[in-house]
Amino acid sequence: MSADNLVEIKDLDFAYDDRPILKGISMEIPRGKVVAIMGGSGCGKTTLLRLIGGQLKPSRGEVLVDGLSVPHLGNDELYALRRRMGMLFQFGALFTDISVFDNVAYQMREHTDLPEELIRDMVLLKLNAVGLRGAHQLMPAELSGGMARRVALARAIALDPMLIMYDEPFAGLDPISLGVIGQLIRKLNDALGATTIMVTHDIQESLLIVDFIYFMSDGKIVALGTPDQIRASKDPFVHQFVFAEADGPVPFHYPAVPIAEELLGRGADEQA
Amino acid sequence: MSKPSSGQHVLLSIVARLGHQVNDALQRLGFATRFFIMLLACSGQSFRRLNLTIREIYFSGFQSLLIIMVSGLFIGMVLGMQGYETLQRYGSADALGVLVALSLVRELGPVVAALLFASRAGSSITAEIGLMKATEQLTAMDMMAVNPIARVVAPRFWGGVISMPLLAALFSATGVFGGYLIGVVFIGVDEGAFWSQMQASVDFRYDVWSGIVKSFVFGVAVSLIAVFEGYDAVPTAEGVSSSIKGTVVKSALAILALDFVLTSFMFRET
Ligand SMILES: Nc1ncnc2c1ncn2[C@@H]1O[C@H](COP(=O)(O)OP(=O)(O)OP(=O)(O)O)[C@@H](O)[C@H]1O
Ligand SMILES: [Mg+2]
Repeated sequence: MSADNLVEIKDLDFAYDDRPILKGISMEIPRGKVVAIMGGSGCGKTTLLRLIGGQLKPSRGEVLVDGLSVPHLGNDELYALRRRMGMLFQFGALFTDISVFDNVAYQMREHTDLPEELIRDMVLLKLNAVGLRGAHQLMPAELSGGMARRVALARAIALDPMLIMYDEPFAGLDPISLGVIGQLIRKLNDALGATTIMVTHDIQESLLIVDFIYFMSDGKIVALGTPDQIRASKDPFVHQFVFAEADGPVPFHYPAVPIAEELLGRGADEQA
Repeated sequence: MSKPSSGQHVLLSIVARLGHQVNDALQRLGFATRFFIMLLACSGQSFRRLNLTIREIYFSGFQSLLIIMVSGLFIGMVLGMQGYETLQRYGSADALGVLVALSLVRELGPVVAALLFASRAGSSITAEIGLMKATEQLTAMDMMAVNPIARVVAPRFWGGVISMPLLAALFSATGVFGGYLIGVVFIGVDEGAFWSQMQASVDFRYDVWSGIVKSFVFGVAVSLIAVFEGYDAVPTAEGVSSSIKGTVVKSALAILALDFVLTSFMFRET
């Protein structure tokens, strides 16, 4: 493996029970870059992030993070690695019994012996970056969806991780916050010298801030390239995504029997 | 090839379903055992941060005080009335104190307090952990390199284990007071006899100790069921609600079955 890649995925297979979700994924995430992963709903993007974070074990293939094989790490080593990772969950996953401030301070208090005044300053800085310094006393239940997502983002970067994974950071944001958060993701990555993996549906915003894009469909990588290559691409997958077309190789429907068959089939049963 | 008759079909499907259920039950038992071992292994870690456990003693123990004391008082008063009714027929109303104290300390205190604890505190522990799981808070914690079993589960378990004997003792104490209130204050049983007979006949090593052992065992059972049901909940609204139901029902069955087993071990003819 090349030392320039923080994350390397080789020939990865994963199945929930018997249903294959990822089928032979290979990927390289170079150090210091912001990489986007795109693909239709349910194609396995969140699953892929969970595999990188070591929450799921692949049935075949390799996941290397900073040279360590994630599926083979023991508990302590995995936790040591996770301290250097930050993850924004698709649904926020804020701790609902503590305030916004305590959510962001959580890892600082768990993993460091920093004095409380210093923690206070660090938390307020993180919250300021997402525009919610004034909301630090609120409880998660008092936040709007977009605010909760921004708090979760501040929490994900609380310990200045080397690898930041965002699962749909733009979902539920208004156009102004969306632009600001996009810029923030880029700036954070460069300022911390971190590496970023971002799962998103927002192709236009991504084209502006990322270094590289992977397109997934049906558990496989179907296209990849830099933003310039993507804009110029003739690939039908890419074309469908960039221009948000309903018709194309990316299916809108979850796999099912044809609708005519299902509806008629049911009618036939009822008659019988 | 002959088609199996519909009778055979039904039989086959019943056997298959039974097999599935046994299989599921065994898997869950295995999971529960592994969970318990992990819980014990993580306990040292969470004891080093004692304030977490103390917080849970406050939530499950302290906040159950009112219901425990009120119930204890009523049960003691009922015992006072029923006991007096029976005892005075044999002219031994003086033994009312003994009857009230022994029934509470040996049986009713540990059992009823545990049943109340399971529905008051056990169900809320299950709900809390189940909802944290359903909203991915446990996963998020795990991703932050904080072990949810050490941070969330173990403190709640030990909080329950520590609270339970104290609550049972308190239940018995308020119960005895209730019996005194009815027997001595209202009915007029001799006060001196009430207390002195109680003191003479309740053996600390045997009666009180067996009550403490019982309430400790019930505390372990109820707390374990509550945290496990929460941790194992299907991460949806229905899943959490059925886990809460599971905690209440399984705790009640466990308490009553364990009470039978423990009592038959402790029973001695004297
Ligand atoms: N816990 C689970 N058990 C079984 N199947 C699951 C589970 N979680 C996800 N799946 C299935 O795995 C597939 C991939 O899910 P995943 O969450 O990775 O999709 P995604 O690409 O993140 O989609 P979205 O863009 O909608 O978030 C889906 O088809 C889903 O039905
Ligand atoms: Mg997803």
